[in-house]
Amino acid sequence: MHLLVCIKQVPDSGQIRVHPVTNTIMRQGVPTIINPYDLFALEAALELRDQFGGEVTVLTMGPPSAEDSLRKALTFGADRAVLLTDRFFAGADPLATTYALATAIRRISSEFGAPDIVFTGKQTIDGDTAQVGPGIAKRLGLFQLTYVGKISALDLHARTIDVERRSEGGVQLLRTRLPCLVTMLEATNQIRRGAMADALRAARATILKWSAQQAGVDDISQCGLRGSPTVVKRVFAPAARNEKATMIEPDEQPAEALINAIFRCRPALEIELAALARGY
Amino acid sequence: MNTASEIGASPSSRAAAKKQLSDRFKTYKHVWVFIEQERGQVHSVSWELMGVGRKLADKLKVDLAAVVIGQEGEASQAAATESFCYGADLVYMVADDLLKDYRNESYIKALTKLVNSYKPEILLLGATTLGRDLAGSVATTLRTGLTADCTELDVDADGSLAATRPTFGGSLLCTIYTLNYRPQMATVRPRVMPVPERCARPIGRIITLPLGLVEDDIVTKVLSFLPDRDSARSNLAYADVVVAGGLGLGSSENFRLVRRLADVLGAEFGCSRPLVQKGWVTSDRQIGQTGKTIRPKLYIAAGISGAIQHRVGVDGADLIVAINTERNAPIFEFSHLGIVEDAIRLLPILTEAFRARLSPHSRDRIAG
Ligand SMILES: Cc1cc2nc3c(=O)[nH]c(=O)nc-3n(C[C@H](O)[C@H](O)[C@H](O)COP(=O)(O)OP(=O)(O)OC[C@H]3O[C@@H](n4cnc5c(N)ncnc54)[C@H](O)[C@@H]3O)c2cc1C
Repeated sequence: MHLLVCIKQVPDSGQIRVHPVTNTIMRQGVPTIINPYDLFALEAALELRDQFGGEVTVLTMGPPSAEDSLRKALTFGADRAVLLTDRFFAGADPLATTYALATAIRRISSEFGAPDIVFTGKQTIDGDTAQVGPGIAKRLGLFQLTYVGKISALDLHARTIDVERRSEGGVQLLRTRLPCLVTMLEATNQIRRGAMADALRAARATILKWSAQQAGVDDISQCGLRGSPTVVKRVFAPAARNEKATMIEPDEQPAEALINAIFRCRPALEIELAALARGY
Repeated sequence: MNTASEIGASPSSRAAAKKQLSDRFKTYKHVWVFIEQERGQVHSVSWELMGVGRKLADKLKVDLAAVVIGQEGEASQAAATESFCYGADLVYMVADDLLKDYRNESYIKALTKLVNSYKPEILLLGATTLGRDLAGSVATTLRTGLTADCTELDVDADGSLAATRPTFGGSLLCTIYTLNYRPQMATVRPRVMPVPERCARPIGRIITLPLGLVEDDIVTKVLSFLPDRDSARSNLAYADVVVAGGLGLGSSENFRLVRRLADVLGAEFGCSRPLVQKGWVTSDRQIGQTGKTIRPKLYIAAGISGAIQHRVGVDGADLIVAINTERNAPIFEFSHLGIVEDAIRLLPILTEAFRARLSPHSRDRIAG
């Protein structure tokens, strides 16, 4: 079985600072990590490989430095890593990203066999769009299963897969056919620690690096900024609220002081709260 | 949404992008809102979108249409009727028993067919598990732009949709345009926009299209559906009063103080993200960028620092009250009332004081 996992190297956004004067991102020294949700996807793929045999390929599009994330994925136990890197990809929005990734997946298919399942995380922590998975599925004509918490069954003979998919009011149990694309929900599985042997192998492994042309891109105008229908016009810091909080100075009766202040601000709340409290 | 690379892209490359709408897109008109149904129930995010959709349509002087996709019968009819009450000028509908449960294949078919037949200029969907699954596929099918999780939608002077959304984990906002492709698509999370006022209106024009699929055309099957247990299902996003705790509480034991105050107020309880990561509280209680967006009348935050990722989830609250030991905590920058106090000490006495104040006995006294 061939399992393919798309990962993204993202800035650890918890550590991002905005320049107070210029309002630009200060990225120097901000560490990069594998998008956390992609790790759940990687783990899901590794578990299936361990159970059914086969190979796991990891794929990323990014700057040359994204190689670090691929090597990390190899230390977790992935078998092969592909880095799609080219200045033509710079500035890609989700639609352009899915074009590039789908193209690379076609090349991977012709070289190493078509993947039975393509995995992604449910979203990235820098873009947050949750669009890239569905976009790849659409472009490659794969059946799509998003927000998957659990793969409950896989029948390689019948080529069917059953999953638990999170939906608004509950969990859908879905069955579809392979090949399919799965986006994985958070915290559904425990990410493994890489084995020593994998770490050694990863350090020596060759990472396949493809330019747009090598990946088989036939229409460069669909890549990067040019291929992106969305355009970022303005980036700005959220407006600070004009007034700061009115501070209640703690005295002997801080609770009463706070409650009085709340009801002074919003007199109607007292009646509503009394009604809510009575309901309780 | 464009990410790291765009922000780094030179301003010239961004400014160079001009509106040059090709002729085939010039016939695209009107604002559409996808009305999301889950097992016969309309998700409230749809009405929230109707509010902002109405604003956009009025500015553009075009119609606002609701898109109802679902099972044939009462529920879809009711969804259409309600859409008129929330401001729809007309309704586009695909109703078929194959659309009873959400499945990507059948829903893409229905929505793309409607878009290609009636050509909307703007298409809005809720950023729910259903809406995001559908929006991503439809945008790719139509090869158009989609801006996810918008917090503000507007049209600018030349009639383009200006979609503003947080980026970089909420530390910045960016405004995104889809200049040269149609429709311009956007998703908005539940509770980011207010629900507009409902007014009873006579039913209007409903335009229907057949789905044109049989069950065998749809490979994906729904084997079963397990509804969330009521106890597990929190009404956090729609609660009028929310009490939340953060790392300042120090331990999962102390989190009980938050739950007790919430109980006394008839409120829902929530938390900041680290508490979910530590396993003190389940993830459906997380408030913020990667959790729920709330719009309560009263929000009490105890031991929460007020990081930007938390703030974006609570900005819609009418009254924000913060309890924090640190006078310089960022939460005091956006809360309305603040008190510098140890939450572990204050919460129990606050709970008792509220209980006393809100008891029927005390109200009788006030009334007398
Ligand atoms: C991609 C990304 C997404 C994120 N999404 C979210 C999200 O959705 N929601 C979210 O909340 N966070 C989110 N975060 C995390 C966020 O950046 C903060 O780390 C988090 O909100 C901090 O939680 P906290 O305020 O509870 O803890 P801390 O930052 O540790 O703050 C604790 C506060 O408690 C105060 N305190 C300490 N002791 C007491 C006491 N006894 N009584 C009263 N106050 C006390 C301290 O002064 C401090 O202000 C996200 C981060 C990233 C990178």
